[in-house]
Amino acid sequence: MDARVQPTSRLPAPIQALKNIVLFLLKSPTSTFGLFVLALLVLMAAFAPLIATHDPYAQDLANTLQAPGNGHLFGTDELGRDIFSRLVFGARITLTIIFLVSIVVGPIGLVIGTTAGYLGGKVDTVMMRITDIFLSFPSLILSLAFVAALGPSLNNAIIAIALTSWPPIARLARAEAMTFRKADYISAARLQGASATRIIFKSIMPMCLPSVLIRLTLNMATVILTAAGLGFLGLGAQPPLPEWGAMIATGRKYMLDSWWLVTFPGISILSVSLAFNLLGDGLRDALDPKQVNRR
Amino acid sequence: MEKSILEVENLRIRYGGSETDAVRGVSFTLGRERLGIVGESGSGKSTVGRALLRLLPGATITADRLRFAELDLPSLSEKEMLKVRGRRMSMILQDPKFSLNPIRRVGDQVAETYLRHFKCSKAEARDKALAMLEAVKIREPKRVYDQYPHEISGGMGQRVMIAMMLLADPDLVIADEPTSALDVTVRLQVLNILDRLVKDRGIGLIMISHDLNLVRNFCDRVLIMYAGRIVETLAAADLDKAKHPYTRGLLAAQPRIGGGRTPLAVLDRRPEWLEEIA
Amino acid sequence: MSVSVECRDLAITFGAGPTAAKVLPGVTFSVKPGECFGLVGESGSGKSTVLRCISMLTDIWTGNILIDGKPVRDIPLIERCRTLQMVFQDPYGSLHPRQSVRTVLNEPLVIHKLGDHEERMRRAITDVGLPVSFLDRFPHQLSGGQRQRVAIARALILEPSLLLLDEPTSALDVSVQAEILNLLQRLRDERGFTYIMVTHDLAVVDHMCDRFAVMLHGEITEILPRDAIPGNRATHPYARELIGASLEYEGAH
Repeated sequence: MDARVQPTSRLPAPIQALKNIVLFLLKSPTSTFGLFVLALLVLMAAFAPLIATHDPYAQDLANTLQAPGNGHLFGTDELGRDIFSRLVFGARITLTIIFLVSIVVGPIGLVIGTTAGYLGGKVDTVMMRITDIFLSFPSLILSLAFVAALGPSLNNAIIAIALTSWPPIARLARAEAMTFRKADYISAARLQGASATRIIFKSIMPMCLPSVLIRLTLNMATVILTAAGLGFLGLGAQPPLPEWGAMIATGRKYMLDSWWLVTFPGISILSVSLAFNLLGDGLRDALDPKQVNRR
Repeated sequence: MEKSILEVENLRIRYGGSETDAVRGVSFTLGRERLGIVGESGSGKSTVGRALLRLLPGATITADRLRFAELDLPSLSEKEMLKVRGRRMSMILQDPKFSLNPIRRVGDQVAETYLRHFKCSKAEARDKALAMLEAVKIREPKRVYDQYPHEISGGMGQRVMIAMMLLADPDLVIADEPTSALDVTVRLQVLNILDRLVKDRGIGLIMISHDLNLVRNFCDRVLIMYAGRIVETLAAADLDKAKHPYTRGLLAAQPRIGGGRTPLAVLDRRPEWLEEIA
Repeated sequence: MSVSVECRDLAITFGAGPTAAKVLPGVTFSVKPGECFGLVGESGSGKSTVLRCISMLTDIWTGNILIDGKPVRDIPLIERCRTLQMVFQDPYGSLHPRQSVRTVLNEPLVIHKLGDHEERMRRAITDVGLPVSFLDRFPHQLSGGQRQRVAIARALILEPSLLLLDEPTSALDVSVQAEILNLLQRLRDERGFTYIMVTHDLAVVDHMCDRFAVMLHGEITEILPRDAIPGNRATHPYARELIGASLEYEGAH
């Protein structure tokens, strides 16, 4: 018998898998960039009080609209607040948005999609029509509606974004489930008396996870831009929160003379969106089952 | 004495990202005969076939000599290879479900071979394709010409493949497991058609297969490959008198009609086979 | 311990009336306890469909399938799982890519609330000729033959009496096929299973089976004993053609 032996590693399987994925990603310059920017984001958010040079809320009306330099790395805004520090603390808000949306959108989409895809028939029809209803709302319009009903705030913006982000995940999970349910290992599970719930959670969902993760990652770029857009419209984070989109909104008035008010938040949004896109692309290659042997 | 069509000396192939060679020093010559290359999965037999046509983009191919007719294959540019593939050297693949373009009519795919390599009108190419479909014993060539791959059976699909690959009258045809995907009643028909065409046109045929019965009946000479090397070369008629233990092991492991109920002889892979050269 | 199987007028029809599509027009055969029965035919003959009907993976059939005299539809799910199991054709598709061998073998034990998990798993894996250390391997760390052995271990761990084998060796190399066929033979000799084996290879039928049925377009053309193969003693024209082609393919021996 040929020996396809691999020494069992000393790390637990999920950690080893994560390590392999990161190593794979580091081989490509674009995904390395994505990883790098995201790592930077997390570090900035985690160590914000240490990294920021000033208090992001401290106003200094004698020093408004100062150009970068003179102790203010990115200059000051119209109330004399240090832009760099506001950016750094704004990273926390960005991360909160990303985290909360993923926590809501991922599981909901996965459960609904895999159940509909595996069971088929009436269950599939009902679930997909519910999905269609949510899919038909453009996120910005729904957010406007939410805000009109509940008042503008960051949390309401997050809920609104999440509510419109889960349907594509559900459709994706459903399509994958419909392919995987034909596999022989599912037939074997049925022959062993596994219930549909058991099969969906133990066998189908783990197989759908890579695509869903990739899709979530790529979605993040849109989420950030939508949140920024809402902030820009004044519907998301409310002043004085240093949310990047809101910063651009207020800075717009002074843009022509004080370019630094909008440029730096703009670059931050661009970088993080781009990073997520590149990371998602890299993940798609890393998680491709055909590449398993390359890892 | 006629010069051989193909001369391979010390062929080594390594896939990108792999730590070992998939093919380790394979040498053989091919005249206007039918040569079988037999091996199990992982032996490197399909890799050899594809390397001859330079269809392995990610692999490093080295050889002391890789001569096809008057051409030195490794020195040809990709543009020059395009003139060789399909016209002078072609390959019949395993499963017509996957090797025929599903969204094009079958006849058009056959005619494309002619269009690509000869200056002619579309009507001429169509006529040639129809003539070729008749040559592979397809009974209603005009009707089949207009069908799509999913509308024809496996055996017919493989005959279409043969028509497509022999239309330009190549000197060398490589058949990679040409009948593994076919039912047994159809296999013999397809093999007989291929056999006859190859004999009539004096084409050199390399038949790559895992099936010893196939090469025994349809080849003149057989090469047995194991772990990237040729372990034995013999005439197909002498297959039962094979000397190498691996070949003998393969022959013994196969269930035979009328062969009795005793447990089949299990192949005992010896490590020294990895190093021997036949 | 071994069970008999009887199929009477097993049929699958879509639609009704004159436009009804008879996917499986009607299959009737019986298998004695402890027998190895072959279902032979070409692709599209319906042989795998018959297995799926017997195992109740497909439920849209009409007719009677009796396991030891009991209609298979009347056997409760849990009991059915302990009576019949199936080994599939493609070793690369029959094991879940993300589950270790241990998980694969443990699942049925958990579902059926059987005790002594570790002991049963060890026994199952050594019965198929693999070392106990393989319990911690994943499918991509196993060769085709090893995966098929794990699939057989999975089928055996619930201690069934009837094994449905859907071309268990056609995706394997000749040398690996020999090992798997020997394993299946040994298990049957030791435990007296009843096998229904689907295959297209008459040499395998000759080696393993006692009787076999030749299927064409969803119908059984003829049921023959094993010794009808070497001399081609079939009477139905299609059966003769199939056996004749196989004999010719094997060459003059």
